[in-house]
Amino acid sequence: MKSIADLEKIRQATLSKVNLRRESEGTRIVVGMATCGIAAGARPVMNAFVDEIGKRNLLNVIVAQTGCIGMCRYEPIVEITTPGKEKVTYVNVKPEMVPRIVADHVVNGQPVVEYTIGHAE
Amino acid sequence: MDLFRSTILVCGGTGCTSSGSMKLYSRFEELLAANGLEKEVKLVRTGCFGLCAAGPVVIVYPEGAFYSHVKLEDIDEIVSEHLVKGRVVTRLLFKDADQAANEIKPLDDINFYQKQKRVVLRNCGVIDPENIDEYIAFDGYKALAKVLTEMTPQQVQEEILASGLRGRGGAGFPTGLKWKFAMGSKGKKYVCCNADEGDPGAFMDRSVLEGDPHAVLEAMAIAGYCIGSDEGYIYVRAEYPIAVKRLEIAIEQAHEYGLLGENIFGTGFNFDIHIRLGAGAFVCGEETALMNSIEGKRGEPRPRPPFPAVKGLFEKPSILNNVETYANIAQIILKGADWFKSMGTEKSTGTKIFALGGKINNSGLVEIPMGTTLREIIYDIGGGCPNGKAFKAVQTGGPSGGCLPASMLDTPIDYDNLIAAGSMMGSGGMIVMDEDNCMVDIARFFLDFTVDESCGKCTPCRVGTRRMLDILNRICEGKGEDGDIERLEDLASSIKASALCGLGQTAPNPVLSTIKQFRSEYEAHIYEKRCPAGVCKNLMKYVIDPEKCKGCTACARKCPAGAISGEVKKPHSIDTTKCIKCGVCMDTCKFGAISKK
Repeated sequence: MKSIADLEKIRQATLSKVNLRRESEGTRIVVGMATCGIAAGARPVMNAFVDEIGKRNLLNVIVAQTGCIGMCRYEPIVEITTPGKEKVTYVNVKPEMVPRIVADHVVNGQPVVEYTIGHAE
Repeated sequence: MDLFRSTILVCGGTGCTSSGSMKLYSRFEELLAANGLEKEVKLVRTGCFGLCAAGPVVIVYPEGAFYSHVKLEDIDEIVSEHLVKGRVVTRLLFKDADQAANEIKPLDDINFYQKQKRVVLRNCGVIDPENIDEYIAFDGYKALAKVLTEMTPQQVQEEILASGLRGRGGAGFPTGLKWKFAMGSKGKKYVCCNADEGDPGAFMDRSVLEGDPHAVLEAMAIAGYCIGSDEGYIYVRAEYPIAVKRLEIAIEQAHEYGLLGENIFGTGFNFDIHIRLGAGAFVCGEETALMNSIEGKRGEPRPRPPFPAVKGLFEKPSILNNVETYANIAQIILKGADWFKSMGTEKSTGTKIFALGGKINNSGLVEIPMGTTLREIIYDIGGGCPNGKAFKAVQTGGPSGGCLPASMLDTPIDYDNLIAAGSMMGSGGMIVMDEDNCMVDIARFFLDFTVDESCGKCTPCRVGTRRMLDILNRICEGKGEDGDIERLEDLASSIKASALCGLGQTAPNPVLSTIKQFRSEYEAHIYEKRCPAGVCKNLMKYVIDPEKCKGCTACARKCPAGAISGEVKKPHSIDTTKCIKCGVCMDTCKFGAISKK
């Protein structure tokens, strides 16, 4: 290493790896991963979120998993919470829907209304 | 780049390692592979989390689930429930005493962590200490880059002085001043790190070295730049194998990245660090003895002056700072002296780590802002004495410190207050004692330690402490005489005034402070031949209460000395001439019929 720029490069590159362990006030994407969720295909959905966030290098977003929310027929269910805003619940989520949710909602703050639970009911 | 959705942190500190955390680590490895989760879940071995009493400790992020007392067979459940299905295994979560059974508390809300402020320990239990990239991700080596490119040595020294940082080894000398003295000297200089942590029960420095070794390396390089030195030595005890290993790895990685060695950041600054292992002599924590030991000589102190800043290691100007002191440096450079001063009290800035041990529920490592009261540490963080026993005293400062009684619980902790109270900050050992501890016995324990560890070079320490121990032994055996307390005080004051180094000068402190705070216990031993806490064996006896004894014969069968006799179903009695006072009978009795008198 010969310069401070090199140091910063390593810092940035590693930051996303250790991001989960930092205190963050950012967006939380919570995927329902109970038996019902997993059976309905929640695992590929969660991995799609992780990939998408990695691609865009979004540092203030974490993907977490949770148990059964109780509406098993809507699984896979994904909840996105952003500080200061109402929680948005997406239902019947498929991996193909993930890039749009991340682009519109997580990055630009516009929930994808047609995927949300209000729309499904 | 691979991104992980979850991270499992397994504590790799000495405490958890000895309770089997490395087995847990391998089991996680196996199960993650078996479930195809290696690419989703990252497994990290970290430094100490501090709550050693709850070890082995495992934390799973992003939930921040804090699993305590994890057993090997629990790993299957954590993987299948938490990692595969996302359901936190609540039965394994750490619980505060006042917490409802099924309530989940985030890590930071646990009583143990709530009042703490982790500055020095910020990376311990968070990063992988064997991976320099993770240290860099948490702003590592940024402070070194800053001083080398933006600051003059003068500015570095002024910043450290302005922060008010004082030596965390115990004496509390202002670090900036120490550096200033060394700056004034010319020629080859050395930067030394004192990692010879010797106080009984203290393990702050070990945890920093095990959990965040690069923080010490970076700070030593900064110190090198400041005083104009290109070589550093870390003196660490050989009993800390994990710390030594991680230091070696850290030095190697820093070399690979060019953060140690020649021409660092292309600025022309060179700095290298060597490790020297100590054989564990307590006196080698004294600065001049430590330097003798690094040079390969016998670990004996030298008279001062000349001070190390003028003539230290290899007779060259040197600075010596403690591990914890160094661990503060990089953050002071990055965040500024004002930030550091915002924590703590006016004359004792920043935080201090204490190793909480003895009769306390949450034994472990705590870092608190200076000025926190003893009561907050012992009750709010430590959870009080176990089994509802009454708090009696807390010992700070190890063999150089003293005992503080319950009346001083509300003393805010800083260097000056502790000295005024008859103890000292010391390196941070904090041993809690309850009603079952005899204060004369405690004084004897610490003096026994210093007598053992005295190097023998100067007479006051070699002979004087031995004579004091003789008197204490006599008192504990019930042979105390009128005038013993005065004799102890007299000896203590001449040893304090005439011993060569810090070890001897402070050795009488445990005796003096217990005499000051608990004189009545000494008097009970000497004049009434009675040990109020029932610890000193010659001064107590076990008796059976005939009212409560059912004659079950359990005690008589367990007694190794055959001192208990009696017929079945009739009250038994103890022959005090045969009794060796081991206490087995009292532990055995189901009816509470046996007591100490």
